[in-house]
Amino acid sequence: MSVTLTVAVLLFLSLAGFWLGRNRAVAVAGGRIANLHSVPTYYGTYMALWAGLPALVLILAWMALRGTVMDWMVLSAMSPEQLEAWARVMLAPAELEALLPTIADGASALTQTHRQLLLINIGNLAAGQALYVNPGVIDAITPAAGHLSQLRGLADWTLFGAVMALAGGTLAFTWSKIGPEFRARNNVERIVTALLVLCSTIAVLTTVGIVLSLLFESIRFFTKVPVTEFLFGLQWSPQTAIRADQVGSSGAFGAVPLFTGTLLIATIAMIVAAPVGLMSAIYLSEYAPKRVRGLVKPILEILAGVPTVVYGFFAILTVAPFIRDLGAFFGIPISSQSALAAGVVMGVMIVPFVSSLADDVINAVPQSLRDGSYGLGATKSETIRQVVMPAALPGIVGAMLLAVSRAIGETMIVVMAAGLQASLTLNPLASVTTVTVQIKSILVGDQEFDSAKTLSVFALGLVLFLVTLALNVIALRIVQKYREKYD
Amino acid sequence: MDSMTLNKPVQAAVTQPVKMSARDVKVFYGAKRALHGVNVDLYQNEVLAMIGPSGCGKSTFLRTLNRMNDTIDICRVEGKILLDGQDIYDPRLDVVQLRARVGMVFQKPNPFPKSIYENVIYGPKLHGLATRKDEFDAIVETSLKRAGLWNEVKDRLHEPGTGLSGGQQQRLCIARAVAVSPEVILMDEPCSALDPIATAHIEELIDELRESFTIAIVTHNMQQAARVSQRTAFFHLGDLVEVGDTEEIFTNPRDERTQGYITGRYG
Ligand SMILES: Nc1ncnc2c1ncn2[C@@H]1O[C@H](COP(=O)(O)OP(=O)(O)OP(=O)(O)O)[C@@H](O)[C@H]1O
Ligand SMILES: [Mg+2]
Repeated sequence: MSVTLTVAVLLFLSLAGFWLGRNRAVAVAGGRIANLHSVPTYYGTYMALWAGLPALVLILAWMALRGTVMDWMVLSAMSPEQLEAWARVMLAPAELEALLPTIADGASALTQTHRQLLLINIGNLAAGQALYVNPGVIDAITPAAGHLSQLRGLADWTLFGAVMALAGGTLAFTWSKIGPEFRARNNVERIVTALLVLCSTIAVLTTVGIVLSLLFESIRFFTKVPVTEFLFGLQWSPQTAIRADQVGSSGAFGAVPLFTGTLLIATIAMIVAAPVGLMSAIYLSEYAPKRVRGLVKPILEILAGVPTVVYGFFAILTVAPFIRDLGAFFGIPISSQSALAAGVVMGVMIVPFVSSLADDVINAVPQSLRDGSYGLGATKSETIRQVVMPAALPGIVGAMLLAVSRAIGETMIVVMAAGLQASLTLNPLASVTTVTVQIKSILVGDQEFDSAKTLSVFALGLVLFLVTLALNVIALRIVQKYREKYD
Repeated sequence: MDSMTLNKPVQAAVTQPVKMSARDVKVFYGAKRALHGVNVDLYQNEVLAMIGPSGCGKSTFLRTLNRMNDTIDICRVEGKILLDGQDIYDPRLDVVQLRARVGMVFQKPNPFPKSIYENVIYGPKLHGLATRKDEFDAIVETSLKRAGLWNEVKDRLHEPGTGLSGGQQQRLCIARAVAVSPEVILMDEPCSALDPIATAHIEELIDELRESFTIAIVTHNMQQAARVSQRTAFFHLGDLVEVGDTEEIFTNPRDERTQGYITGRYG
């Protein structure tokens, strides 16, 4: 009995519950629906929800725990002799030496890693993939593998039985409750509300979990590198020793060059995106004939969906060489990975984002305001500058701040076009690196997980998170303040 | 009907000069014709009320008088509209100038999201009617006084105009229109969003404004038309059915469609 099948049967039961509940309601009403507290479908829904939801929770809980419980049962059923036979083949001599004195305790004597290895062997064998198992241990673990298969079959049937019992029980219980006085609608509403609350709680909890993990790992980082050094240090070269005898392994974790790099590129991007995006939004919403607008707006929106890696190509293959050649023409040496190239391309990437948001905001300005202005003899551009823009301002500011937080978080373009050199400069022609690029380049490749280098990623991520959070909060504040004034 | 018009002073025969006149005005929205040739005169310092069932083209006609229809792409106007004898659809005419001379007040109060003060000086600023602060102050005060709003807002001139009540907002919009010293003011159902007291306020105001301006007002409220106007025009399905002294229209309509409408048989 597979879990899929169990779920299917449960679904069927739930549907049956709906049907039962509706019919039962009609029956108890004696053919006069008006006597019922709620419409019959509510009684059906009530039974369907009660039949489905608790059993579904049971299935989910069981799926979460199933692996752990079964592993534990299989391992504790293994005899010390079997364990020893396995260990003699699989473990290094020193490890074996350490294990043997306590082997009488059973599997609990194994280290975490070894237990994992043993379970993988058993699992493979149980799945019929003896190929992946060292032939020398097959004899020793065959009983355990058999045990595992048996448990699996048993567990699935147990689940099926439990689910049927639960669903059947709730069905019987709810069926008995249905009567003309029963407030099915209110009950259904309450269940639906609870479901919605649950879903939003999951979203919130996930976010909280991410933030907390960032926070804890950052704290670990700050025990190795002081916060002040991280926030105010002017040098970033996160090379720490992998082995103690390595040279040049001190490492510097001053993130200021990363912040300035990020800021520099985001600023260049906004210098490009803000005016271009805003102007194109104004053109689209105020000047463009219907046909042009109908054509251009979807294209812009498609542009907003182009994967950033494509913009990255554009940056290295087109914009960077162009800027370099331009520089060469005027006799200025420009590195082929310049902040300018990355910033300009990122700006181009954000243009559709800004213009689409701003266009929505401008369109939301009521036509009556424009009419009022035209009626006083204002021209189109006067109306836009003095009435439409002020009215749309909070939304536009919000759009800009969102764009900034996108620019700060953008990775792919800068990875491709801006370089890895953490230099402390505000020169747009130099090569700089950003917070996101560093996070990416540190995490690529094998890393020891608790080295300062790896942990620094979390601190960078935390800073990134806090900055974008602050931007969003400010954006909301501005919008709200304006609303209070003018709505 | 009589009780409504009884207390009205008998109007002298119109002796005022013609301010605006429409000659065979046809308006098209795309291929659809909304007005089928309207002929009407607006006399100086009079209030002309326009009544008629919904969708008959009152707003459309009103908007031709200051070319507000220009803002609608698919709208096309044929015929002649003269302001002081000059064709306002003449391509050489500056529409900005026209709208400074023919102001408009809309159905829904639409103050700009600016302070009360800035709302009033918006027009004068555009047209360069004043440059110094004290000049602007004077414009604000006289305009708001004319709109009967001054006493209510004189201490909060720098608060947003959108913070006023609906009736106050509409009077602010009137003040805003008055501030550019137009010659004609067009009002499209200016009281339809207001309560009876605010409406009475604005009706009084219209009567006072008549001394300095020529006013055309669209209304669905026939008592209002009777109270504020000297002449009334009745529109029906894109035709101007009849126009004449308000008394005359309400007591003794010539056309049976007019009679049907004002006695409430349809509309
Ligand atoms: N922007 C527009 N585009 C297309 N047709 C329009 C437009 N505005 C008005 N019309 C049409 O023109 C006709 C006259 O409309 P108008 O708004 O002038 O009527 P109205 O007399 O002001 O009605 P109401 O009393 O409801 O305000 C209607 O049939 C309407 O559908
Ligand atoms: Mg209208």
